[in-house]
Amino acid sequence: MSWLFTGMLVLSFLFGILNGRMEQVSISAVNDCSNAVTLVIQLTGVMCLWSGLMRIAEASDLTGKLSRLFRPVMTLLFRHLPVDSKAAKAIVMNLTANLLGLGNAATPLGISAMKELEKISPRKGIASNEMAMLVVLNTASLQLIPTTTAALRLSNGSTAPMEILPAVWLASSVSILAGILTAKFLSSRFR
Amino acid sequence: MNQISHYILPAVIVLIVGYGIFKKVPVFDCFLEGAKEGLTSSVQILPALIALITAVGMFKASGALDVITYSLRPVANLLHLPQEVIPLAILRPISGSGALVIFQDILQQYGPDSFVGRVASVMQGSTETTFYTIAVYYGATRVQKTRHTLPSALTADIVGFFMSALAVRLLLF
Repeated sequence: MSWLFTGMLVLSFLFGILNGRMEQVSISAVNDCSNAVTLVIQLTGVMCLWSGLMRIAEASDLTGKLSRLFRPVMTLLFRHLPVDSKAAKAIVMNLTANLLGLGNAATPLGISAMKELEKISPRKGIASNEMAMLVVLNTASLQLIPTTTAALRLSNGSTAPMEILPAVWLASSVSILAGILTAKFLSSRFR
Repeated sequence: MNQISHYILPAVIVLIVGYGIFKKVPVFDCFLEGAKEGLTSSVQILPALIALITAVGMFKASGALDVITYSLRPVANLLHLPQEVIPLAILRPISGSGALVIFQDILQQYGPDSFVGRVASVMQGSTETTFYTIAVYYGATRVQKTRHTLPSALTADIVGFFMSALAVRLLLF
């Protein structure tokens, strides 16, 4: 991430000069850092809502039930993670929220899963295979019905906004599969 | 279909709280306890988000995107992606709101039911904002070395873009 961060900043400086857009770059530096704060403030509400609901689901063992339901998938993706661990339950909640298209809920649930994974990770400061797998799954789209996309298609006059569904399913499942396989394959190459 | 999607969120919330009460869980106290933790998470991800959003904003403002779009044309041809969707492919992993704007432009300019419009729709629907997710998820932890996370996530994105064009060709044309 350090390289990415530096790279983007250096590139924007260079292209700012080349394109004569230094003024815009400078304005954006000042504005966007405050935009980030606004975004987090907006996120805080959802974050608290879902962290609260997650705690209820945990206490009622709803997460445990869900986790046992997803056991086959979980053992395949997170081999060394006990199905009844707190981390596994949080991961299952996160994946379910993703499937249902509750993107706002998926983020706080995913974050609590990351924290649980960090607690049981043997090497501090270094991502475990499980953490990497969870993030890769979340960077791919698991959403069954892409509602925002369909809504935008509809508002732009599409005659069949949902006709893209099979294509979306095909593209996203192949993409997720590629992500999982790459993560499995690369995990032994990155120490 | 859009009607159904409005039901999902409230239904899930009611299900969780209702099941909690049924199992004799002190739902309100549990909620407050959990929500407090959400507040901490929120503060923890803030620094990472400031870094990322500022960098992405400056990057977009510098016009670097146009230059990269131009230089990536051969790659797009190689992957059989229509040229018009390259800006979307580049912006999709780094900025969710930026991608939405470009997606909207593409729909307006080419129409949602055109080949380009459909490929853009499938791309938009089958991928996520990779860098944002990585920044937020690791931002909540003390992890500094993300190891193979970024290369794996980007592989998934590139395969997703390529598959979007292929899936539209196979299933819709």
